[in-house]
Amino acid sequence: MYQIIAKRVCAPEVIEYVIYAPVIASSAAPGQFVMLRVDENGERVPFTICDFDRLKGSVTILVQTVGVSTYKLSLKNAGDDILDLAGPFGEATDLKNYSRILLVAGGIGVAVIYPQAKVLNSKDCKFDVILGVRNSQMLVYSNEIKILSDYLYITSDDGSVGIKGFVTDKIGELLNANQSHYDLVFAVGPPPMMRAVCEITKRFNIKTIVSLNSIMLDGTGMCGCCRVTIGGQVKYSCVHGPEFDGHLVDWNEVIFRSKRFNALEKEHYCKLRGL
Amino acid sequence: MKGTPRNKLLEISMIERQHTFKETTLTYDKDVAINEAKRCLNCKSAPCRQGCPVGVNIPLFISKIADSNFDSAVQVVKATNALPAVCGRVCPQSEQCEKLCVRGKNGSAVAIGCLERFLGDYAIDNGIYCAAVGANTLKAGHGSVAIIGSGPASLTCACECIQNGYKVVVFEALHALGGVLIYGIPEFRLPKRLVDAEIKSLVSLGVKFEINTLIGRSISFSDLRKRFDAVFIGTGAGLPNFMDIEGENLNGVYSANEYLTRVNLMKAYLDESDTPIMRARNVLVIGGGNVAFDSARTAMRLGSKSVVLAYRRTKDEIPARVEEVEQAEIEGVIISILSIPVKLLSDDNGNVRGAILKKCKLSEMDVRGRRSFEIIENTDYEIECDLVIVAIGTNPNPIVKECFSDLVTDSVGRVLVDQNNITNLPGVYAGGDAVTGAATVISAMGAGRSAAKSIARQLNGKYIN
Ligand SMILES: Cc1cc2nc3c(=O)[nH]c(=O)nc-3n(C[C@H](O)[C@H](O)[C@H](O)COP(=O)(O)OP(=O)(O)OC[C@H]3O[C@@H](n4cnc5c(N)ncnc54)[C@H](O)[C@@H]3O)c2cc1C
Ligand SMILES: Cc1cc2nc3c(=O)[nH]c(=O)nc-3n(C[C@H](O)[C@H](O)[C@H](O)COP(=O)(O)OP(=O)(O)OC[C@H]3O[C@@H](n4cnc5c(N)ncnc54)[C@H](O)[C@@H]3O)c2cc1C
Ligand code: FES
Repeated sequence: MYQIIAKRVCAPEVIEYVIYAPVIASSAAPGQFVMLRVDENGERVPFTICDFDRLKGSVTILVQTVGVSTYKLSLKNAGDDILDLAGPFGEATDLKNYSRILLVAGGIGVAVIYPQAKVLNSKDCKFDVILGVRNSQMLVYSNEIKILSDYLYITSDDGSVGIKGFVTDKIGELLNANQSHYDLVFAVGPPPMMRAVCEITKRFNIKTIVSLNSIMLDGTGMCGCCRVTIGGQVKYSCVHGPEFDGHLVDWNEVIFRSKRFNALEKEHYCKLRGL
Repeated sequence: MKGTPRNKLLEISMIERQHTFKETTLTYDKDVAINEAKRCLNCKSAPCRQGCPVGVNIPLFISKIADSNFDSAVQVVKATNALPAVCGRVCPQSEQCEKLCVRGKNGSAVAIGCLERFLGDYAIDNGIYCAAVGANTLKAGHGSVAIIGSGPASLTCACECIQNGYKVVVFEALHALGGVLIYGIPEFRLPKRLVDAEIKSLVSLGVKFEINTLIGRSISFSDLRKRFDAVFIGTGAGLPNFMDIEGENLNGVYSANEYLTRVNLMKAYLDESDTPIMRARNVLVIGGGNVAFDSARTAMRLGSKSVVLAYRRTKDEIPARVEEVEQAEIEGVIISILSIPVKLLSDDNGNVRGAILKKCKLSEMDVRGRRSFEIIENTDYEIECDLVIVAIGTNPNPIVKECFSDLVTDSVGRVLVDQNNITNLPGVYAGGDAVTGAATVISAMGAGRSAAKSIARQLNGKYIN
C-alpha cells in the first residue's frame, strides 16, 4: 500500500498526487516512470515521475483523467492508499553534453519537462521551454518553469494564453530566426505533435529526443507490449526508453499501436461509470 | 491388481471449459491414488528416479501411498521437491520419470505425476507446506540472503535458506509472487491458490517478500550486495523472442507473455478487471511448447471461433507436455504441423487480418539431437486471423545484463555459473531460467536448491540434507 500524501487539482481533469514511496524516491531520476495499480481489479498504468523528494520519501505524478484507471485514481484523496506502485522504471534522461536545449511539452507532457528543467537549472545549463496547451486553464507548472528556464514560450490553441497556435509554429519561428543555436530539442506530448516537431527539427538537422507513451503492461521488459521500431530495430519502451531519437521513430506504427485498445477501454469505462 | 491399466484423471465438461478457467482435470481421490500406487512394481533399480532432475525417491513415496501412509509419503517427496502440487501438474513426466518406468515398456507407465499431484494437494489441504521440517527445527544460522525474483527457483532457494536459519528477503518486480507460475501458466492448468498457499507457508517460516521492487532500478544491484551477505538471482527468462517477419508489430499481434500476463496476472478474462484483452474470432498461435499450447487453450476459453497452432516440425518433435497437446485437441485447437508464418497481413487501420505461411519438411538431426526443418519454396498459403500469438521462446530480461554491473553473462544475457550455481561475483549465485534460458519448473527448483547449498557453505551454516 502506498499512501497519497497530498492531492491537488492543477487544471480541469489534471491532478497532481504526492505519494509516499521511499524506495522509489531514493533511486528516481528525471525521465523515469512508475507503474501504478489503483486497486485489486486495476490495470498497471505508467506515469512519469514528475518530482521526487528523497528526504520525505515521496514521488509526485501529474495525471490527466482520460479513462478507467485515471478516473478511479481521481476518486482517491489525500490519506487514501494506492494498492501498488512500482518503479522507477525506464532509462533516466541524459542531457549532459549539450550547450543549448529546447524543451517542448504539449499538454500533460509538462510532467516530463518539469523534472528536466529542474536538473538543467541546477547544472547551469542554458535552455528554453515551449509549453503548448489547449487554453489558459490547462497551463500547469508554468510559473515554476518560467523561473527555472532562460525563456518560456507558451502557445495555446485558442489564444487565451501566450501565442495563438501550436508548439510547432513557435519552434519553426525560433529555428528560422536562427537566434538560439539549439543543439538538442527534447519533445514530449501526443504522438502527432512529436512527429510534427521531428519533421521540423529534421530540416534543421537538430538532434531531437522524444518521450514515447507506449501502452505498457508489466513495465519490466517481459511482454513486448510496449515495443516500438527505432531505426528499423525493435526496442522496448519500458526498458530501453521511454526516450528515443525522434528522427528514428516509426511514427505510423507508434500512432496505430497507441489506439489498439480504444474501443475496449471505452466500453469498460462506460460500463463502470454507468454511461 | 498389477495388470490394471493406468488410472486416468477425471476431466471437467466441455461446456465448463469453454466458459470458465476452472482446472481441466481433477486430482485423484484417495482410493484411486492407492489403486494407482499399487500398480508400481517397486523395481529395485528404480529407473524412474534417474529420470527425475531432482532425484525424488519415487518408489518409496509410492509405496507409502499404497499403504495409505500419506503424511509420511509427503515427507519423502518434500525432502527433495518443495512444490509437489505444482510439479505434479506441470513437469514433463512423459519425458522424465514416467518415460523410464518399467511398466511403460509394455502397457502404460505408473502415473507418477498424478500421484505426486495427489500428495501435493493432500499436503496443502492438511497444512503441510513447503518446508519439509517444522519451524521448530530451524537451524540457527547467521547471515542474510537477498533473493531476486519469486519464481520456482527463488522460492526453493528461499525455503532452503530460511530453514538454514538465515534472514531471507525476496524481491519481486511485479505485484504478485510466483513468477511464471502466476503470470504465465494459466489457472486451468495450475490453480493460483496452490501457489499462494506455498508462499504463505514461506511467510510463516519468516521469509520476507518485497513486491513492486525491480532490482537494478528500484534498488541497485550493488546496494543490494552491500546490504546482504549473499544474493541469489532467479530473474527467469521473460523477454519474448519475435520472428522478425513483416507485420509483427501490427495491432493484434501479441507475444505469448503479453497475452498470458493480461489473462493470468491481470485477470483480463473477468468482467470486473480493468485490463483489456482482445477477444478474437480467428486466432493463430505460433510455436509448439507449453507456452504455445497455454496460449491456444486460453484463446479457446475467451470465445474464439477457431484457433490454429502453427508448428514448424511434426507432432513427434512438439516439446509441450503430452497431456497439454491432448487436451488442446479435445478443446478444438487445430494443430498445423510443418508450417511457418512468413508474413502477417494488415488491414487499413494497422490491425492484423491474416498470415501467409509456408510448408516445411524435416531434415537431419541438429546438434541437440532434434530434427531440423527446411522451408519448401512455393508452398505459400494464406489464413485469416485477427489475433496472432507469438510463442517461440524467451530470453533473460535485458535488465540483468544492463543493470547488474560486473556480472558475467553470455551473448543473450544468460548468467554464467559453475556447477554449484556460483557466479563470477563473490557472494552472488544464480539459477533457473536466468541461467539456462527457458526450461522447466523442476530444473529451476533444482538450481534454487543447489544455490542454497552453496550459500550455506559460504555462510558456514549447516545444510540440512
Ligand atoms: C512512460 C509513460 C509515461 C506516462 N506519463 C504520464 C503522465 O505523467 N501523466 C499522464 O496523465 N499520463 C501519462 N502517461 C499515459 C497514461 O499511462 C495513460 O493516460 C493511462 O494509462 C490511461 O489509463 P486509463 O485507464 O485512465 O485510460 P484508458 O481507458 O486506458 O485510455 C483512455 C484513452 O487514453 C489513451 N491512452 C491509453 N494509454 C495511453 C498511453 N500509455 N499513452 C497515451 N495515451 C494513452 C487511450 O488511447 C484512450 O484514448 C504515460 C504513459 C507512458 C507510457
Ligand atoms: C506459459 C508458460 C507455461 C509453462 N509451462 C511449463 C510446464 O508445463 N512445465 C514446466 O516444467 N515448465 C513450464 N514453463 C517453464 C517454467 O515456468 C519456467 O522454466 C520456470 O518458471 C522458471 O523459473 P524461474 O524461477 O527461473 O523464473 P520465473 O518463473 O521466470 O520467475 C522470475 C521472476 O523474477 C522476476 N524478476 C525478473 N527480474 C527481476 C528483477 N530485476 N528484480 C526483481 N524481480 C525480477 C520476474 O518478475 C518473475 O516473477 C512454462 C513457462 C511459461 C511461460
Ligand atoms: S511493458 Fe511489457 S515489455 Fe514493456
